[in-house]
Amino acid sequence: MSEFHIDDRLDLRGVLCPMNFVKAKLKLEEMESGQMLEVTLDDGEPMRSVPRSIKEEGHKIVSVQKTDANAYRLVILRGQD
Amino acid sequence: MAPNDETAKLEALRSGLKKEARALKLDFDQLKSGGFIKQTQKNLFTVRLRCPAGQLTSTQLRTAAELADKYGRGEVHISVRQSVEIPYVHYQNFDAVTAALKEVNWSVASCGPRVRVPGACAGCTYNPNGVADSQRLCLDIDRRFFGVATGHHKFKISAAGCPIDCPRSRGADLGFQGEVSPRLEAALCTGCELCVTACQEKALTMAEGLPVRDDSKCNYCGDCIKICPLDAMVAARSGWLVRAGGKHGKHPLYSYEVANFVSDEEALALVEKTMEWYKGNADGRERLGATFARVGVQKYIADVIEPMGLQAIKTVEQRRRFWAGGNFYV
Ligand code: SF4
Ligand code: SF4
Ligand code: SF4
Repeated sequence: MSEFHIDDRLDLRGVLCPMNFVKAKLKLEEMESGQMLEVTLDDGEPMRSVPRSIKEEGHKIVSVQKTDANAYRLVILRGQD
Repeated sequence: MAPNDETAKLEALRSGLKKEARALKLDFDQLKSGGFIKQTQKNLFTVRLRCPAGQLTSTQLRTAAELADKYGRGEVHISVRQSVEIPYVHYQNFDAVTAALKEVNWSVASCGPRVRVPGACAGCTYNPNGVADSQRLCLDIDRRFFGVATGHHKFKISAAGCPIDCPRSRGADLGFQGEVSPRLEAALCTGCELCVTACQEKALTMAEGLPVRDDSKCNYCGDCIKICPLDAMVAARSGWLVRAGGKHGKHPLYSYEVANFVSDEEALALVEKTMEWYKGNADGRERLGATFARVGVQKYIADVIEPMGLQAIKTVEQRRRFWAGGNFYV
């Protein structure tokens, strides 16, 4: 569906803040810089805070898509350490 | 007892007190200007310490604790405007307290018709909501204007990091509140609409796949910038929204928004100019807001805001985006 080569996926629907961010962060730390992580998040509080925290950690969000009424799929480019 | 005896007794008591005061080298003017506040209990005062922006170093905290143990009752009170106060201090200990404060480069707060210790939230120094550094501005204001006599009444200043306005800049004689105006980098935007859902003012709508902003509704909170995952919504302009003429008390006044996007330097200059204007235009013991009620806020804007070249806010239309509700008895 997307033009990106996805290296790993994480479904964080139903995971509350800030655990959703912590899980995404741990996953990104396992990955190499330049790899792509796809994350699915609930709309609302998770979408308000997780993308922002990911950016603050030095990663880049390259795509955001609404998958259904209540969820978003983000593609994150793992940044440098 | 004969009236004469009573008079003589009173006289003796008075001269005794005077002697005591002289021996203690009590400076009564300093007493009135400083933060020694008379308590209900005889001879006891509350010592209010100078804590601009609600900030204290660990050294200051330790000093406050030691003073409370030694001269108070081992407790402190946090004033509504963020100052640490030591209650139950006997006036005979004022000198010792003042000296101990001096040792750590500290002092009591300002009282009376003066610029009071300014307050501020954590702003963007460590609060993720902040769009401006309210701590720094507040400390700068305190350094320059602490305790300056107004010639009329008290003068309170507060600084908020964002439009949520926790420090209630609307209720201060002069209030500064961080604001940021967003701009879209259309090339980076994927049209995900997250910014539209984040905007509580309904200032953003989608048109041809891109968010479009209605400036008349935007209160410059910056939520759309913060939520955009792709950094497509960026800060075009940021600074301080200035509010003037607010106060609490028995008859509170909500301030007027008078200028947008004021820089740190302009904010400091504005405090000075506003103090001058207040000095020249207030009538006796009235707060700035009462002066506005008498001569009109437009006079202040024309005399102070416009000559400084600031982006003036002059009409009710321009203020509507910052609306406040409630019971105003109008
Ligand atoms: S005014 Fe804004 S920045 Fe300041 S404490 Fe409140 S939410 Fe945080
Ligand atoms: S700055 Fe705030 S009010 Fe203005 S468009 Fe963005 S989210 Fe809406
Ligand atoms: S959040 Fe960013 S990418 Fe999404 S529509 Fe708004 S500006 Fe565009």
